[in-house]
Parts: sequence; C-alpha cells; structure tokens
Amino acid sequence: MTPAISVTGLTRRYPDQVALDDVHLTIGHQTITGLFGRNGAGKTTLLRILAGQEFPSSGSVRVFGSPPAENQNVLRRLVLVREDQAYPDFKVRHALRAASFCYPNWDTGLASSLAEDFGLRPGKAIKGLSRGQRSGLGITIGLAARAEVTLFDEPYAGLDAVARQMFYDRLLADYADFPRTVLLSTHLIDEAAALFENVVVIDRGRVVLDTAADGLRGMVTTVSGPVLAVDSFTQGRPVWERRALGSQASVVMVGQVSGEDRERARSLGLDLTPLSLQQLVVYASGGSAVAGSLPERTSA
Amino acid sequence: MREMAGLDEGTPLFAQVAERLAAEIADGGLAEGERVPSTNELAAFYRINPATAAKGINILADEGLLDKRRGIGMFVAAGSRATLLARRRAEFTKRYVEPLLTEATRLGIDTDELIALFKERSNERGGVAV
Repeated sequence: MTPAISVTGLTRRYPDQVALDDVHLTIGHQTITGLFGRNGAGKTTLLRILAGQEFPSSGSVRVFGSPPAENQNVLRRLVLVREDQAYPDFKVRHALRAASFCYPNWDTGLASSLAEDFGLRPGKAIKGLSRGQRSGLGITIGLAARAEVTLFDEPYAGLDAVARQMFYDRLLADYADFPRTVLLSTHLIDEAAALFENVVVIDRGRVVLDTAADGLRGMVTTVSGPVLAVDSFTQGRPVWERRALGSQASVVMVGQVSGEDRERARSLGLDLTPLSLQQLVVYASGGSAVAGSLPERTSA
Repeated sequence: MREMAGLDEGTPLFAQVAERLAAEIADGGLAEGERVPSTNELAAFYRINPATAAKGINILADEGLLDKRRGIGMFVAAGSRATLLARRRAEFTKRYVEPLLTEATRLGIDTDELIALFKERSNERGGVAV
C-alpha cells in the first residue's frame, strides 16, 4: 500500500538559509507521529509543504501518492492546524460552518462538543477570543475535520495544562474510533509522549531520528555513582555524556538494561535512571552522531 | 509527565500493559473466561496510543494466556492463572531474594541475622510461614 506520506530528498531553501536539507520520511497510514526539534529546525516548513502551502526547492513530496500542492484531491483529505492560526473577521459559528464545507468527513456533533469543552460560544467573535480559546478553536476544527491526514503544528499556544490534557484525551478517543494519520509537532514532549507510535526529530533541516516511540523507552539511561564503578559499568557501551564531580560520576549510556545489569548496578551501588523522551530528544537535537546510536525504525 | 495510570518511564509501554494485565489475571482480578478490556478501553485508561495497547494485548495472546473470539474480543484463557503464578514463583528468587541478599551484604547483615529478621517481621504481621 502507498504510505500516507512519503518524502524523498526534500530540500527547501530560503535566500538566507536552508530550512529543510535532503529530508527523507515515510509516514504509514493510521499512525500518530510526534515531530520534534528546536525552534527553526524546519518542523513548520515541513508541515506547510505537506499541506501544499509551500513548495519544495527540490525533492519529492507525496500525500496518498500525489503531490499535495494545488491538488484538491489531496487537500480536502488533509487538515493543518497551526499555532496562532489567523481567521477572517468571523464568529466562532462561521468558522465552524466554513470548515464543515471544506472537510468531507466533518462531524458537527464532535465540533459542538469540543467547542463547548474549550469554552467557545458560537456567537462569539473570533477576534474577541483569548489566545487559548483561539487554540481551542484550531483544535476543534482539526479534530472535527476527521481528515485522513491531520497535521498539528504546536496547536496549543495559551492553553493551560488542563486544556492540553483535554486535547490529548479527545485526540486519543476520536482517533480510536476514527483512525487517521496524525502528525503533531510539539515542544511539550513528555506530556504527549504516550500518544505517539513513532517519533521524528529534525535538527537544522535534517531528520536525525526516525523511530518507534515505544522502542526508545529504557534505551538510554543515566548511570550515576562512584566514578570507578560508573566507568566499569558503562565500559564498551555507547556513551552520550560523561560528567564527574570529585568521586562521583554521571554517565548517559545507550542500550537496553537487562536484569543482570540491574543486579550488577545494585551491587556496585549505582543509580540507574531512564531518560525521558524529552531528555532524549534534547540529546538527539544536539548532533546526528548521538541519534545514530539509537535503533532505526524497522517498518514504516 | 502526563498521568498514565501509573506506567513508568524506563520500560516500553506495551510491555507494561502486558505486565499489568498478567498481574490482574494472576491476582484473580480478571477471572478465566472473562473478557479483557479492549484495545481502545486500555488506550483511554492508560492514555496511550491504541497501537501500543494492542501490542501489549497481543503479547499475552501469543503466549496463549488470552483467547481471541472473533468479533467479540479477547478473553482470559483457561489455565492462564496457574501459568502466571508458576512464572511468578520462578521469578521470585531473582526479583526479591537476590536484591535482598545484595543489599544485606552491603550492610553487613549475615544470613542468621537475616533469618531472624524474617521471623520477627513475619510474626509481627501475624504470620506468613517462614
């Protein structure tokens, strides 16, 4: 089957910088992928190109096997929700009605219930909404569209933790009933981590990590304790970072920790702390050499 | 970290889901023949990706601990409680006794003292046979 999204050799140049540099990416149908990277890494450019809102300088982009740009067959099956989405001088009700005409799978009931959850009164003018409510409107449209490809680019400016939790829960619930291909770009990696089947990290326009999210759990561990014991324990393993202070050391080590390892660490008086996905992404964004020691995604 | 009903950071989530279900079966919370929660129910409860939850269920199904009934769902297979309890017994030494001995050695607690401690605690708790 053709993948939902397939990107090969995608480069996007601006006069003063290269936003995307030879990006290769395959996203399977009905998966949720986290898209991570520092500000300016190229996440937004990638999502805009997937949504046909920007053009590649070179390389190929296929959504359902076709280039998305100016292609209504692709674009009506795809929704992109951006941070600080701009709306015309509308009321909430008008924005929702306009969206209902754009998306063939639009669900009016879901839209109303999400709008209510985010405190959006239908008669309220959009320019009178708070930043968080505007994000809520974007999320409402993004979920109620039930588009086969759903792209969220940092969709929650101004949303508090409770509202974000609601977004994650509603996304999972609706995804369970109506599976679709979701790409979510976010900096709040740890709080969203369990949503993702796959994760992609972009650094300076390049994909430095593309792997199954669950496979990363327990793959990188901080080993801390007496210097000699730490060094003996981590010997022969890929190491991302080593810090020492006096007789104590802390080493970030790559590789599964077995039961025997755990037992040995205990007898050496070592502390083992698994790295969270967010910490892992911080290291991966620091250089491709680091990400190279992690497992590759085996299937798209 | 988002609250995921107690799942932790260091182990793949699918393995943790499988482990939780197995523990529930072993403890009798899920009886043999009973329907186990669906992928979507587990995903909503643990707040995880449904594919991850499905992978957890499939581990137990592959081990023969769950039966798939087409169109209805997964059910706890006959005999799985005994299997899981036997497995837990086999792991008891490795999971509990070994670490205990390691820590005892580091603290200089010898075997006699350890046995005395066991008896004392056990009596205080009103008696697990030692």
